[in-house]
Amino acid sequence: MELVLGLVFGVIFGSILTLAKVIRYEKQVSAVLLKDMTIIKFMFSAVVVGSIGVNVLYQMGLINLHLKPMMIGAIVVGGILFGLGWAMTGYCPGTSVAALAEGRVHALFAILGMLVGSMIFANLYPYLKPIIEFGNLGKITIYQYFNVSPYIIIVILAIFAIGIFYFFETKKL
Amino acid sequence: MKERVLNPYIGGILVGILAILIVYLTTVLIGDTKFLGTSTTFVKMAGLIEKFFVHDISNQYYDKVKLTIDWQFMFVIGIFLGALISSILSGSFRIELVPPIFRERFGNNFILRAVFAFIGGIFVAFGARLADGCPSGHGLSGMMQLSLGSLLAVIVFFSSAIIFANLIYRSRR
Repeated sequence: MELVLGLVFGVIFGSILTLAKVIRYEKQVSAVLLKDMTIIKFMFSAVVVGSIGVNVLYQMGLINLHLKPMMIGAIVVGGILFGLGWAMTGYCPGTSVAALAEGRVHALFAILGMLVGSMIFANLYPYLKPIIEFGNLGKITIYQYFNVSPYIIIVILAIFAIGIFYFFETKKL
Repeated sequence: MKERVLNPYIGGILVGILAILIVYLTTVLIGDTKFLGTSTTFVKMAGLIEKFFVHDISNQYYDKVKLTIDWQFMFVIGIFLGALISSILSGSFRIELVPPIFRERFGNNFILRAVFAFIGGIFVAFGARLADGCPSGHGLSGMMQLSLGSLLAVIVFFSSAIIFANLIYRSRR
């Protein structure tokens, strides 16, 4: 059941990503060159809608959260390395798989690189623990950190999203 | 053939709804809430490949993620299948060796593009594992849960990529 659900949801997710064109190298590189904000529009829309549903379901006690810990050292160092790699490949892990399926043969080398990168990380993991544990604040949400209701954060997020969408559309980005 | 396009806002809203369905239905049907993500699957694939060649490896990180075919593994396979089916049906499937932005900057050089994609892929996966997530796990799932670490991760991912992409693709004249 778990595996069937994973496959079905993956097919739907992959189809939406492909039809919205966010899997393309052009869209990802153009976004970080600040020329075409398609993927930002896509991500923010998804996050605003998803955060409402996820938080309502959680407050009703119908689902659990799987928060990733706020590890300042690991996220900053990892994030910088990720950004370098993302600018070079033009793909993140999910989009590389979809781009290969869309016939972008060069994405295969990105996937091979990601497998090698994962292997290197797994083998260096014991030595990386000092970075991983540096500045670890544990599993914490934005609203817990600021001690407010989650819905206040969602409203701020939505207002921010609408603001940047308006900016992107007037600038034709 | 004219490609059918899905507006990025509509695509994002659909992914938001999909994410809500995923957390709710996996909780009801499997008894465990699943959030969408992709980069852990690259570790599992890397570990399975490494285990195939070196049988008796002891690796803390592979033990931590567990080298099994799970929900997310099937989700990633689903992304590939969904992208393949929808790109063929929508007419966006095209064999591409060198993407246009890369060609403009570095010429029509497939080997160079493959090297960039491969080395970038190593940084992408290493960085994503260190930060404990990628644009799917942090950018979509983590942000929907309003996780503080995911907010930091998204800010660092984009800031770093913006800096490196401008260094790589904007040629000095």
